[in-house]
Amino acid sequence: MSAPPKIAFRDVHLAFGPKQVLKGVGLEVQKGDSLVVIGGSGSGKSVLIKTVLGITTPDSGQVLVDGVDVVGARGRDREALNNRIGMLFQGGALFDSLTVWENVAFGLIQTGAAKGKAARAKAIETLARVGLDEAVADLLPVELSGGMQKRVALARAIADQPEIIFFDEPTTGLDPIMSDVINHLIVECVRDLGATAITITHDMRSARTIANRVAMIYDGKIVWDGPVDKLDAGENPYVDQFVHGRAEGPIQMTVRR
Amino acid sequence: MNVLARIGAVVLAFFEAVGRVAIFAGSALYHCIAPPFHGRQVLRQLIDVGYYSLPVVALTTLFSGMVLALQSYTGFARFSAEDAVANVVVLSMTRELAPVLAGLMVAGRIGASMAAEIGTMRVTEQIDALATLSTHPMKYLVAPRIFAGVTMLPVLVLIGDVIGALGGYLVGVYRLGFNASAYMQQTWNFVETMDVVSGLVKAGIFGFIVTLMGCYHGYNSRGGAQGVGVATTNAVVSSAILILIANYFVTESFFSK
Ligand SMILES: Nc1ncnc2c1ncn2[C@@H]1O[C@H](COP(=O)(O)OP(=O)(O)OP(=O)(O)O)[C@@H](O)[C@H]1O
Ligand SMILES: [Mg+2]
Repeated sequence: MSAPPKIAFRDVHLAFGPKQVLKGVGLEVQKGDSLVVIGGSGSGKSVLIKTVLGITTPDSGQVLVDGVDVVGARGRDREALNNRIGMLFQGGALFDSLTVWENVAFGLIQTGAAKGKAARAKAIETLARVGLDEAVADLLPVELSGGMQKRVALARAIADQPEIIFFDEPTTGLDPIMSDVINHLIVECVRDLGATAITITHDMRSARTIANRVAMIYDGKIVWDGPVDKLDAGENPYVDQFVHGRAEGPIQMTVRR
Repeated sequence: MNVLARIGAVVLAFFEAVGRVAIFAGSALYHCIAPPFHGRQVLRQLIDVGYYSLPVVALTTLFSGMVLALQSYTGFARFSAEDAVANVVVLSMTRELAPVLAGLMVAGRIGASMAAEIGTMRVTEQIDALATLSTHPMKYLVAPRIFAGVTMLPVLVLIGDVIGALGGYLVGVYRLGFNASAYMQQTWNFVETMDVVSGLVKAGIFGFIVTLMGCYHGYNSRGGAQGVGVATTNAVVSSAILILIANYFVTESFFSK
């Protein structure tokens, strides 16, 4: 028998009040995969990955990590699980009362993996990986530009070398060159750490760099998932429209006038 | 029928809110006593609640003591009972005014800032980020604040008792022409341990109410800057009302025989 997928969503439903966001998501991510999730704004991409972390709870369905259902995991189980996961939040979510290096080293210090000077050194090393030098280490997040904050958030997500990493729009708000640096950094992380990654992005260039698999979410379901080189094969009209950024097609943007 | 349904809905909503607060309070207290503890956070809150509230509490109790002496003197002069001024001042301060005034002032200062800070962390996903970095938000954010409220408010009130009595003394001696040592004697002879202790118990309860309301409303805030504003208002209003209600029942349980 083969090993279970690293992460699997089985028929996940989730609603906020009357608004049905996920309507039966089914998706599997194998160990070492780098999956990119694409889909329109508000289609539930962020909500989907937050179900793995227990930040949002599905109304029904299963979310499996290594074959174990993690929906409703609490206390120690939840902590142990989240320890293995790193997350870059869409808005950064840096702690604004802590300095940059304290942000990056936060997970290391809390788990007791590093203390004091060692934690700081590790933080600075991680900052260097995302292209930030030591000078920013003692600044507060508000003193940084938006793109720099994003990189600090990225450093915080990868600092304790998690085996599962979620990147929620890692390159939005960065200039094209820095985007490319971040894209390659993500590729490197996944390769070096042997991590399993799910990245959410709207940027098709970055999707092609990062992904070995791509999944598209539309109307609360995964409408297509496959290897990245099949992205342009025209297998699916939704994917085709999204990849080429056309206004006409099966995806109707409802714009009220 | 419709009226009944509406009343029913309001009653249900009320009990739901009470239930939520009770669960929140239970969880917060659990995290106050169950290790690990976040020493730095506790220290920061102790300083913030205790030290930085001192000027406000000192000023309010000083002037309350002074006005109390003035009012009771003019009032009691009608019955030639001016001698009771010192007694009235020290009794009212220790039993009622110091705890209630300190509680209300701290509600405005600390309750509001806790709701705003935690509320901002909620809407910018910093609380979710804590959970992904092996840190329980209740333990890291809420428990230190509640601990600081319960322990620091009695200290503030004890200082307030002394300053309030001093205010009465200043007005009594320099404005109303009492004999200084006689006034002191009156104050000391009259005040009983129970008067002070009941005030300190009240202070502990008010400290719990203020910090609980600040944390609860901040923690459950949603919807950006406006949501944080609503949370702040609710925190201050609900703690002020709860302080006044709790004050009656604590007094009742201490002094009704
Ligand atoms: N806490 C919440 N309360 C209510 N509704 C929510 C909440 N979080 C998300 N939603 C709703 O769920 C839907 C999906 O949100 P989500 O953030 O997952 O979108 P997304 O696919 O990540 O979009 P984007 O690409 O713009 O980030 C949105 O319509 C949003 O309004
Ligand atoms: Mg999103």
